[in-house]
Amino acid sequence: MTTLTREEADQQTKDVDRVTIRFAGDSGDGMQLTGTQFTKTSAVFGNDISTVPDIPAEIRAPQGSLPGVSAFQLSFSSFDIYTPGDQPDVLVAMNPAALKVHLPDLPKGAMIIVNTDEFNEANLKKAGYPANPLDDDTLDGYRVYKVPIGTMNARALRDSGLNAQEIDRSKNMFALGLMFWMYSRPLDTTVKYIEERFGRRNPKVAEANLAVLKAGYNYGETTEMFAAHYHVPKARLAPGTYRQISGNEATALGFLTASKLAGRPLFYGSYPITPASDVLHQLSSFKRFGVKTFQAEDEIAAIGSAIGASFGGSMGMTGTSGPGIALKSEGIGLAVMVELPLVIIDVQRAGPSTGIPTKMEQGDLLQCMFGRNSVAPVAIVAPATSGDAFYMAIEAWRIAIKYRTPVIFLSDFYLGYGAEPWLIPDISTLPKIDPDFATDPATFQPFKRDEKTLARPWAIPGTPGLEHRIGGLEKGNIDGNVNYEPANHDLMTRLRFEKIARIADDIPPLDVFGDEEGGDLLVLGWGSTYGVIRTAVQRARAQGKSVSHAHIRHLNPMPKNVGEVLKRYKKVLIPENNMGQLLLLIRGEFLVDAQGLHRITGRPFMIAEIEEKILEMVD
Amino acid sequence: MVTTNRADGEAIKVLTRKDFVSDEEVRWCPGCGDYSILAQTQRVMPDLGVPRENIVFISGIGCSSRLPYYMNTYGFHSIHGRAPTIASGLKAARPELSVWVITGDGDALSIGGNHILHVLRRNMDLQIVLHNNEVYGLTKGQYSPTSPVGTVKVSTPMGSIDWPLKPLAVALGAEATFVARSLDAEPHHMVEMLKAAHDHRGASFVEIYQNCNIYNDGAFEEFTAKDVRADRMLYLKQGEPMIFGKNRDKGIRINGLRPEVVEIGKDGITEADILVHDATIEDPTIAFMLTRMDWPEFPVPVGVIRKVQRPTYNDLMTQQIEKAIETQGEGDIDALFRQGDVWEVE
Repeated sequence: MTTLTREEADQQTKDVDRVTIRFAGDSGDGMQLTGTQFTKTSAVFGNDISTVPDIPAEIRAPQGSLPGVSAFQLSFSSFDIYTPGDQPDVLVAMNPAALKVHLPDLPKGAMIIVNTDEFNEANLKKAGYPANPLDDDTLDGYRVYKVPIGTMNARALRDSGLNAQEIDRSKNMFALGLMFWMYSRPLDTTVKYIEERFGRRNPKVAEANLAVLKAGYNYGETTEMFAAHYHVPKARLAPGTYRQISGNEATALGFLTASKLAGRPLFYGSYPITPASDVLHQLSSFKRFGVKTFQAEDEIAAIGSAIGASFGGSMGMTGTSGPGIALKSEGIGLAVMVELPLVIIDVQRAGPSTGIPTKMEQGDLLQCMFGRNSVAPVAIVAPATSGDAFYMAIEAWRIAIKYRTPVIFLSDFYLGYGAEPWLIPDISTLPKIDPDFATDPATFQPFKRDEKTLARPWAIPGTPGLEHRIGGLEKGNIDGNVNYEPANHDLMTRLRFEKIARIADDIPPLDVFGDEEGGDLLVLGWGSTYGVIRTAVQRARAQGKSVSHAHIRHLNPMPKNVGEVLKRYKKVLIPENNMGQLLLLIRGEFLVDAQGLHRITGRPFMIAEIEEKILEMVD
Repeated sequence: MVTTNRADGEAIKVLTRKDFVSDEEVRWCPGCGDYSILAQTQRVMPDLGVPRENIVFISGIGCSSRLPYYMNTYGFHSIHGRAPTIASGLKAARPELSVWVITGDGDALSIGGNHILHVLRRNMDLQIVLHNNEVYGLTKGQYSPTSPVGTVKVSTPMGSIDWPLKPLAVALGAEATFVARSLDAEPHHMVEMLKAAHDHRGASFVEIYQNCNIYNDGAFEEFTAKDVRADRMLYLKQGEPMIFGKNRDKGIRINGLRPEVVEIGKDGITEADILVHDATIEDPTIAFMLTRMDWPEFPVPVGVIRKVQRPTYNDLMTQQIEKAIETQGEGDIDALFRQGDVWEVE
């Protein structure tokens, strides 16, 4: 270890473009909070940021165990970024289990900061380390910094008057303070947070957290242990007011905004399920906006209540994850049949059945497309990024109301929990949505359709003279009476099908990034793979390859130009976190010999693996 | 619709039963008990004081669930067992509507059992009318969750082996605030029950014994036949002793924890010994006892068994929204966007 003077150390501030940090520790160590605070500080500082949490499936796995490891990864940069990064430059490991779980993701040369206090025999055993990895060759090739975080924390709080357990809870602040120093971040955002969070309720805890945060920062500055610290300059983002937003937050805000734009109250019926419950939590805090949330007894009741609310003229919504969609299938079919506006959120998670609730996957596309009896088409939209979820939520309602149809909003775990800076929109510039209720008894017929959209009238109870009956039985065209005539059923099936198909006339065409006129390879994606695909394509293009990217946000119906766009490229690659679902639709619909790239690990693609596949296909 | 003139000379429209008859052709089997339930339902509507456009009938699947098609109100014939969920969403969204759930023994207690429990415990302000015929009619005659053990039907050639549910006992177990029973053969009684269900603020649960003359003819005949009814059924009246019999000489007395049938005038028993019916008692013990009384050991009770007050889900939901607006102010979406840390990029 070289000893530097203070001045020399300051000269060691290095400018870097992009840094990826992963905070990892026991689920009780406060890693999510630490990561979130670092993110906020970097956002306010002016970097572009992308984040993703890695939450253990168990609520409280045994302390120090491998399943109990919780992590938060963030990437911040001086340019536009689309992903939280493949491999961390820095791992903060609060215990041996955290090191064990995350070491395989680190490239050689990465920095590892370990809390040496936790590397005792008991914890090493729980993590499955036969010997202490800090003492053998396990960490050769990494830049390892051994910091007794627990001891330093306890020392800083010796006179705080808190008990040992309370003191231990602050140690994440030490790690955070240290990282703030390392990346030249100001402390004020976190100081403000601590004061607001604990200040009034528990001033002793607030004081302790502040003391430890500063102790961590000062430790970096004074120990001279670290050869350098770093500076990531501000990114050039479009001007305006920004905030940090997760996909689930953006979804909730988008639906609230849609309700405002349509002038109709939002009703959200939902049964708790990971990872969709956050939407329920968010919306339940919007009561002052007149939002009604209903925690139903099961998934079926949740969609039933939403359909009932829509029948009454509210904007009925339900939200769930894959297994819940399976339970809601009959309800979605009913909504198709009665042709009422309805939005269903599917925050996809990994695996069939219960699978892996806290991991990501894109396995529900075909379930959403076809998972109902008979011919029961619905519209499907899928946001590409966390911030995009806001706009696609509004789009889902625009389509649902205009076409009187259920619309599935297909998100996923990664998109729901991932976060990025978000340019706060001006709501007055967003187009209004017209509910266009039927009111005239002289012309009203329950299934008399709009000539252009084929939408039927939305006639809500309380409207005199429009009393009518709807239901799951096949109805006669126009009059809406129960009708089992063969020709009528054929006609009604075609009308329901054609109504969804016509939405394609009303959505933007598919945009291409790269060589719009055509080229060697088009990488086509949907949903949360947007960031990794875009970055991989940018890298390939930087190497002079003719590679382009298109991302489908309207999955059913697809934009009208999709077939024509696909034919401009010699090859098409469709990376998906499933075994090839969009691939099947594209090949079936457009007879294009597209290839798939599949990753079903519960984690997003690495940029590198898509890049590798791209290079393999164009070389 | 009949137009009459009020004292002040203004013409007002008075609705009659006919205003509630829809133009759909009624397609139940001739002789079905559902005809009577439909007729009484249409008959009671004009007396509710609710504009027709504010009345909604929601049903699941089964013979009974066709009823909304025949009501000239708003109606929704939904999916099997799920009517309470749709009705709950509608009522929560539009508390001013009068929402009726029409269901059957299979719809409410088999496939929709879960929803019945929860709609009752929430005390959603709905009227739930269960047509109990102790059989699956629409699917052509399988035994149902209310069929007695040993019921021989197409799917149980050697007799059913599962123990039946008592719908009203289930309702009480689910914390229902209003529980009543009537039968298809007693139009006036049924009208009275439907009216009482409507007048109750909260979830009202009405079981109606309904004869399926095709698949389960005469299921209730033993005690509902005209000539035996007075002796084998107990017509509950609020505040009155539980006396029954052609000669009004029999009654229900409590003996320890059990009810027993006693004869007035025999062994020194007087009317003062007979249990007085009070549906408004908070404690559900006696109500539960009544729901389990069955022929031939006891007369079968009909009438309002329980009617207690508890805040409704829809009222509480509205109050929370009002309170949120009162304490936090009406929602400001721009302020919500800017909640937490924001920063400017120039």
